[in-house]
Amino acid sequence: MKRWAAAIAMVAACLSAIAQTPDARRSGFDDMSPQTQAMQRDDMQNPAMLTVQDGAALWERAPSASAKACSGCHGAAATSMRGVAARYPAFDKSLKRPIDLSQRINLCRERHQQSTPFAAESPELLAVESYVALQSRGLPIAPPADPKLRAARARGEALYRQRIGQLDLSCAQCHDERAGGRLGGSLIPQGHANGYPLYRLEWQALGSLQRRLRNCMTGVRAEPLAYGSPEIVELELYLAWRDRGMKLEAPAVRP
Amino acid sequence: MQRRELLQLGVALGTVVTVPAVRATSSEMQDAIRGYANGASVKPGKVKLDVPPLVENGNAVPITVSVDSPMSATEHVTGIAVFNDRNPQRDVVRFTLGPRSGKALVSTRIRLATSQQLVAVARMSDGSYWSHSVDVLVTLAACLE
Amino acid sequence: MPTPHSDNMARTLLTVPTTAKRGEVIELRTLIAHIMETGFRPDANGQVKPRDLINRFSCRFNGELVCSAELYPAVAANPYFSFTMLATESGTLSFNWEGDNGFSQSESAVLTVT
Repeated sequence: MKRWAAAIAMVAACLSAIAQTPDARRSGFDDMSPQTQAMQRDDMQNPAMLTVQDGAALWERAPSASAKACSGCHGAAATSMRGVAARYPAFDKSLKRPIDLSQRINLCRERHQQSTPFAAESPELLAVESYVALQSRGLPIAPPADPKLRAARARGEALYRQRIGQLDLSCAQCHDERAGGRLGGSLIPQGHANGYPLYRLEWQALGSLQRRLRNCMTGVRAEPLAYGSPEIVELELYLAWRDRGMKLEAPAVRP
Repeated sequence: MQRRELLQLGVALGTVVTVPAVRATSSEMQDAIRGYANGASVKPGKVKLDVPPLVENGNAVPITVSVDSPMSATEHVTGIAVFNDRNPQRDVVRFTLGPRSGKALVSTRIRLATSQQLVAVARMSDGSYWSHSVDVLVTLAACLE
Repeated sequence: MPTPHSDNMARTLLTVPTTAKRGEVIELRTLIAHIMETGFRPDANGQVKPRDLINRFSCRFNGELVCSAELYPAVAANPYFSFTMLATESGTLSFNWEGDNGFSQSESAVLTVT
């Protein structure tokens, strides 16, 4: 009888420990050197803030005489855009699929500003995206609990776990199973997408999550998913779910 | 190792080895430092070159150079120059300072092509030169874009 | 602070105190957007991308040189400088960057010293 009681007590203790397990997720920020962390923390040292300035200027600029600037509908970004980046990708009713923040910006340009969309990864698109993302800095990533996203998110997760490329590796194999290990001289991070768009020292420029994902695919010698493809957005959608609750650090700095 | 031997070894290992056509030697760096000092002797001391010993990306390495000097009208640092031994060029940056600086303390971010030695040289108002050398390990990116 | 800007100027971020005490040594920091193309990098076709660098930076206070720098390709993209100045009187700080392809930019800031 005593042995059963002890076993039950032990199981109960384990279960309660699991329920109270601290978040094992580490932001890439925590894996960086103190110098690179300092670069991210200080808005006067973070090169991404130069691009944010461009974004602030574009926010106020009407694309043509007959169209409003972003500010014409949305007013001050600090109020109207607060929390927006934290809940993208989101479902778009007319396209009937998830879209990410850069696609949302371009849809606004087409639908409400009578303008052509900015090219993928263009300086203008990155500028506006980084300016909008800044307004959610410090907020928890909050992917929408929209049932219409469920299937797309599952496809994104399947892609995350799929082995691809000549090196035949999946995202999960490095970033779930081997995080904390090393690839060459570099520490493998858990790969949380909580700082995008960000200034990557390797790029010597600010870039999007899609650019980073494509880099990884090229790295394992796979054909990278096209910018703006439904598949890459589904992967972003899954990553936002994987990162839910983590603080958004945009615009971050990473090596 | 001679270039030919290195290439032969590379072929034997089934790898492609590229050797830059002109390889920098630290004697080149010494020449650059000597040129900056106009032939005067450069003594170690007074200068502190602050750079992380291990760098996670060579594209933006923060460095700080400070020099022990009152920065008065009669005794001050007139210049600080930083040299390297394995980038394509030996010079990194050359600062001009004066008593208006208040302190001899400059920071910037530099590029390091690979692990190498950096030397900061200070030129003083009395014509003397002082230096500090640091070896830096640079992590190269695991995957290229 | 971010600086007022027209389209063909590079973005800058200047960290300059607006006030200082006489005799105080203040810290000045500058960051400017610039690719700092080294002239050593090949493009996707193996052609070397032409050099495009900022070559000189200078900071003056009421016309007097505070700090200047000669930049070589080893200075990182979006050049960042931090340096100090002895504050003795009120006046105007002017920052100047010059480089390849006719690059030339100036910014200024007012300092009040009490």
